[in-house]
Amino acid sequence: MPSGGPLKIDTVVIGAGHSGLAMSYCLGDRGVEHVVLERSDVANSWKTERWDSLRLLTPNWQSRLPGLTYEGDDPDGFMTVPDVINFVNHYADVISAPIQTGTSVTSVCCEGDRYQVDTDRGSWKCRTIVVASGSCNIASIPAIAASAPSSIAMITPLDYRNPDQLNKGGVLVVGASATGIQLADEIHRSGRPVTLSVGEHVRMPRVYRGRDIQWWMDAAGVLDERYDQVDDINRARNVPSPQLVGSPERSTLDLNALTGIGVKLIGRLAGIREGKAQFSGSLRNNCALADLKMNRLLNTIDEWASENDLDDQVPSPHRFLETTVEDSPPLGLDLTNGQIQTIVWATGFHPDYSWLDVPVLDRKGKIRHDGGVVDSPGMYLMGMTFLRRRKSSFIHGAGDDARDLSDHLMSYLNNAAAITG
Amino acid sequence: MTDKKADNGVDVEFLLGAREMLTEAPEGAQFTWRAKCDWVNGTHSKTSIEGYFGLGDEQNHKTKHEFDADHPELFSSEDHGATPVEIVLVGLASCLTAGVAAVAQHREIQLNSVSATLEGGMDIQGILGIDSDVRNGFDGIKVTYNIDADASQEDIEALVAQSQKRSAVYDIITNPTNVTVEVS
Repeated sequence: MPSGGPLKIDTVVIGAGHSGLAMSYCLGDRGVEHVVLERSDVANSWKTERWDSLRLLTPNWQSRLPGLTYEGDDPDGFMTVPDVINFVNHYADVISAPIQTGTSVTSVCCEGDRYQVDTDRGSWKCRTIVVASGSCNIASIPAIAASAPSSIAMITPLDYRNPDQLNKGGVLVVGASATGIQLADEIHRSGRPVTLSVGEHVRMPRVYRGRDIQWWMDAAGVLDERYDQVDDINRARNVPSPQLVGSPERSTLDLNALTGIGVKLIGRLAGIREGKAQFSGSLRNNCALADLKMNRLLNTIDEWASENDLDDQVPSPHRFLETTVEDSPPLGLDLTNGQIQTIVWATGFHPDYSWLDVPVLDRKGKIRHDGGVVDSPGMYLMGMTFLRRRKSSFIHGAGDDARDLSDHLMSYLNNAAAITG
Repeated sequence: MTDKKADNGVDVEFLLGAREMLTEAPEGAQFTWRAKCDWVNGTHSKTSIEGYFGLGDEQNHKTKHEFDADHPELFSSEDHGATPVEIVLVGLASCLTAGVAAVAQHREIQLNSVSATLEGGMDIQGILGIDSDVRNGFDGIKVTYNIDADASQEDIEALVAQSQKRSAVYDIITNPTNVTVEVS
């Protein structure tokens, strides 16, 4: 630790991704003295933990943050990973965020009404702290992975870059959310036959009635739905990411598209026993549920379009073919006969709070919070799924959340100042 | 094996004959079992079992069998019958036990008494939607047999093992099954 003890500051923001930077902008706007600590470089996860072909699920025009809107010439396109890295770095420059890069937080603990933040480059003392360290730090792998035969190679999306990393031969992709369907598509196209294990999922067309599905959800207010307006926020926060891909062709990548190129669908992975993977018989129901929910969303969109006199300006409402499921999908798969060489665990992600020594984690290891106001005075959370709004996990969702939470943070600081005189 | 007096009330000769016949005419082995369920009120429903298909034709039980299913008062229900998950235990217990009797008969082992106790553990945080990581169904089922038979402990254990190997309900519970639910 440098001599002179911890540095004192009003607010420490942990993480210089789009969430931490949006918060930095809002804090700066409100005159709150702060520092943004970043373990590596700005947009580090984008630099080191994403596969090569990935593009954002949201169109470029939607890449807006407080103090910055998209200025490029392709508003309907989708940013590649290098584009996102440039975009976030550009944002950091534009807002002149007070970032200290190359600084890993090793511990955050609470001492009275102050937080002590220890890093590998000195310590800070602050009244308020914003956790914006990301929601996808660690790949979630089900415990049954341990039962897979040792001959099977396993990889998570955080380590996956492209199909050439994988052995020749069949691949079992477990999980059919945005990540799973995208990897299933490109791995199958590389000549490695893919079997895709499908549980509950969210089906969405890329384009509906001539407009991007994100445009409709944005315009119709679906993305602005607040965390305190939904029936069951825990369920809403656990809804899998939609089956979407951002591509120059604006193509829809749903299960029908995958079976169309020869990907085999199979139920939710239930267990691995004696070298045999077992799959739930619920595939048909999971697909029927996803079709029903998609149609409910399209109904909402159609109603909104009519109410807003858009019916003359866009193509007529229509519905998509229901998901095709074979009559009796296989329920077992031999993992020892060489047909499957690799398992890709596209089974979600979770945050890393190993550095957090404040008792705010619930029994599932998640931070207890009310719309980002953490259950420890002066602590705030950003960038989590449905933190305050349905759009919270998207880049454009950070703005409204950062505005709300920086207001709360500032009033907390003011009240604390009033009490202590 | 000289003593052939074992009588467990299972017509093994018939079963062996049926096996022979259906080996020759496997289309007759295609069975469809049916149940008809009517909601009564609340969580109470009544399921009746009467007809089924097998041996190439529609068949009927001797009489209609009816099963009430409900939930206990603990769940603010009226407890008109066993819970559906308990009925699953009924199915497993009776299937394994019928198997024990049949296999014993085939092996010329006289059974004096057979009883089984079953326990299915369940974390109801799953069905209540409290924790999506918890499954809805049993987290495990434990079956304990207490068998008095004119046979060694080893032979009795072999009976129980063989009855699992040939049990339909054991297979239904331990292996996945495609389920299609439609609304007509």
